[in-house]
Amino acid sequence: MVRLVSGMTVTERQIALVVLLALSLIGLAMAAGGRGDPMGAQGFVVLVFSVGLAFAVMAGYYAPEPDESRLTRYYDDPTKVGIVLTVIWAVVGMAVGVWVASLLAWPELTFVDQAWASFGRLRPVHTSGVIFGFGGNALIATSFHVLQRTSRARLPDQFTPWFVLIGYNLFCIVAASGYLMGITQSKEYAEPEWYADIWLVIVWVVYFLLYLRTLARRKEPHIYVANWYYMAFILVVAVLHIVNNLAVPVSWGHAKSYSLFSGVQDAMTEWWYGHNAVAFFLTSGFLGMMYYYLPKRAGRPIFSYRLSIISFWGITFFYMWAGSHHLHYTALPQWVQTLGMSFSIMLLVPSWASAGNALATLNGAWHKVRDDAVLRFMMVAAVFYGLSTFEGSFMAIRPVNSLSHYTDWTVGHVHAGALGWVAMITFGSLYALVPWMWKRETMYSPKLIEVHFWLALAGTIVYVFAMWNSGIIQGLMWRTYNDGGTLAYSFLDSVEAMHPYYIARAFGGLLFLSGAVVCASNVWLTIRAAQRERRGETGTDVPIVAGAMQAGE
Amino acid sequence: MPEFFHRKIERNAIGFVLAIVGVASIGGFVEIAPLFTIHQTVEDAPDMRLYTPLELAGRNIYIREGCYACHSQMIRTLRDEVERYGPYSLAVESKYDHPMLWGSKRTGPDLARIGDKYSDAWHVRHMINPRDVVPESIMPRYGWLARNELRVDDLGEHLAAQRDVGVPYTQAMVDNATRDAYGQATPDSDAAAGVSERYGAATQVRAFDGDPSRVTEMDALVAYLQILGRLTEAPYKQQSTAAGE
Repeated sequence: MVRLVSGMTVTERQIALVVLLALSLIGLAMAAGGRGDPMGAQGFVVLVFSVGLAFAVMAGYYAPEPDESRLTRYYDDPTKVGIVLTVIWAVVGMAVGVWVASLLAWPELTFVDQAWASFGRLRPVHTSGVIFGFGGNALIATSFHVLQRTSRARLPDQFTPWFVLIGYNLFCIVAASGYLMGITQSKEYAEPEWYADIWLVIVWVVYFLLYLRTLARRKEPHIYVANWYYMAFILVVAVLHIVNNLAVPVSWGHAKSYSLFSGVQDAMTEWWYGHNAVAFFLTSGFLGMMYYYLPKRAGRPIFSYRLSIISFWGITFFYMWAGSHHLHYTALPQWVQTLGMSFSIMLLVPSWASAGNALATLNGAWHKVRDDAVLRFMMVAAVFYGLSTFEGSFMAIRPVNSLSHYTDWTVGHVHAGALGWVAMITFGSLYALVPWMWKRETMYSPKLIEVHFWLALAGTIVYVFAMWNSGIIQGLMWRTYNDGGTLAYSFLDSVEAMHPYYIARAFGGLLFLSGAVVCASNVWLTIRAAQRERRGETGTDVPIVAGAMQAGE
Repeated sequence: MPEFFHRKIERNAIGFVLAIVGVASIGGFVEIAPLFTIHQTVEDAPDMRLYTPLELAGRNIYIREGCYACHSQMIRTLRDEVERYGPYSLAVESKYDHPMLWGSKRTGPDLARIGDKYSDAWHVRHMINPRDVVPESIMPRYGWLARNELRVDDLGEHLAAQRDVGVPYTQAMVDNATRDAYGQATPDSDAAAGVSERYGAATQVRAFDGDPSRVTEMDALVAYLQILGRLTEAPYKQQSTAAGE
């Protein structure tokens, strides 16, 4: 902790303390104003978080200032902490996922008759934990790394990246603890309430400005492809988040708010958001990751610059039309459904352009894919990206959707993308990044990476096949008629038929979780080994300092 | 040529940012904005009624416990769905739903027309332990709903916030929200009469959890479930017209 604080200048330490003081006052105000409402408990979460961090900053407050030589090195402390947070959220989020999956197979597992322990409140802890906790931290951590390397410029100061990373994790903690207290907007993937949403907007604007400020200092004339994707991720998620979360709080002392839109308009806005959270959070951001770490690890340049351009603008344009395919045959006007379906099918072109670009980049490096589990993680991720985007376009076709919608097939599709693509590319990138960050040749144990790879792949396949089976059986049972012209199965018949698949799904999830635990141990052992050695040399991994100091110095 | 053009814009961060925002905004504008302006998007249903404060509180509990994650409230225009659940859902039925609860997954059945299908007592038993009434069910227990008193003192503020986002609650409804919530679950009290006066004679006034002496979260949730699909007759009329043709 002291070492991290000592990386900041004294002025920056003071700014940090002022911000933490302001935050703890906000927490206090929430605790006081929200008495008798869950808002009060949320206030205490904010208060404890900011006071705790303030103590950490104070502990390092009198450490000597970092010397000017720091400007000759990239600023990687936030990336390192971001990696650790990523791994922690992965284990927590996936563990909750395995638990709620087990509850669907064995509903009586819940050990206490308490509201916080019930499926309905734990489920968003899983979804937000893996998407925002694991995915979001991975994106922030890697974006800081990629941004500096591809711009050949250091981050502009030592405070802003911490504000983004820590502020974002405060959002995640407030959200997750809120779900346990029953605080949710019910909007899928946008469950956190108004005060958390406002905080995220502040963090996000600072993140965006940090990106622009670093790009402005770049020593490379061109902005690299990975940064196009990271920028699209930051920008469009901001637009989506703000519009979808417009709401009127019951009062300043209430956690509860009512969304500005209702009914059909609210549904369309939610799925415009929901589908593009998939697009710009879970696709764009992770494509940014792929476009940097895959070619680096393979030691090959990106196969085609033109394909990169086509797929980038195609994804940015087409995805935003596709959300209405979540609302086929509903009360949403049919013209919107048809638009959504058409664009979803067109979306396959830029999606496969990216997947193909990644796989073609590996041409000439396939022997490395065979030998190196890290690169294999990335290769499998690209394959799953191609598979799940194909599946997504297919499921967006109205008649197909009539069968798949409301069933486990959707859940299977999401996890083909989330486990097979998002998590695999993240783990691959982490395994490449961790040794670079902690200045080691390799991870502590390359063997354990192999173990993780096979656990992850097996887990994904078991999960996805279980959900394909259950989803298609469910959909068919609901629409099967007997000879007399009446429905053949009751809803309960379909619930009973799901039981074996729900067990298989929980098992697949458990395999994937075990892999994440293996990863966490490996990362921890690597960091510990690096700290023991603590060799402080810099090597060639340095930014260009063109004589200029940082602004404000 | 396009490649040359792109080499230029990728040298300019601000230009690139503006291009991303511009390109990404088009889809949303074309698909969402017209939904607010085209009149046919939401049907007319003059008999559409509002949620009472008790039902609104129940709806908030439905949201709080995450019921929407496993139960949809949107019957699609497909034969098997109409025969299983009832007339397909109309846009007008969720006109006052801030937010909508159409849902995206049916781990349990659709609830858009669950109102009046089961007795209050069935719902109460089902919430306390679903497997008491449906042995094969995988739904969690919600025992605390029967134990927790419902918070009613702030319902006026809830109605006022609903009014701010466009739900036509009158001042009298806002002023009497707490009293009406109590009255709707306590049929023998003086407060009961005001509920049907303000929300219509068809409003269900009874001790939903079977205990008239206190207003619990179970009262609110059951009151809400019993009104699902009963806010307007429009979907039922539409279906009988279609059948007659």
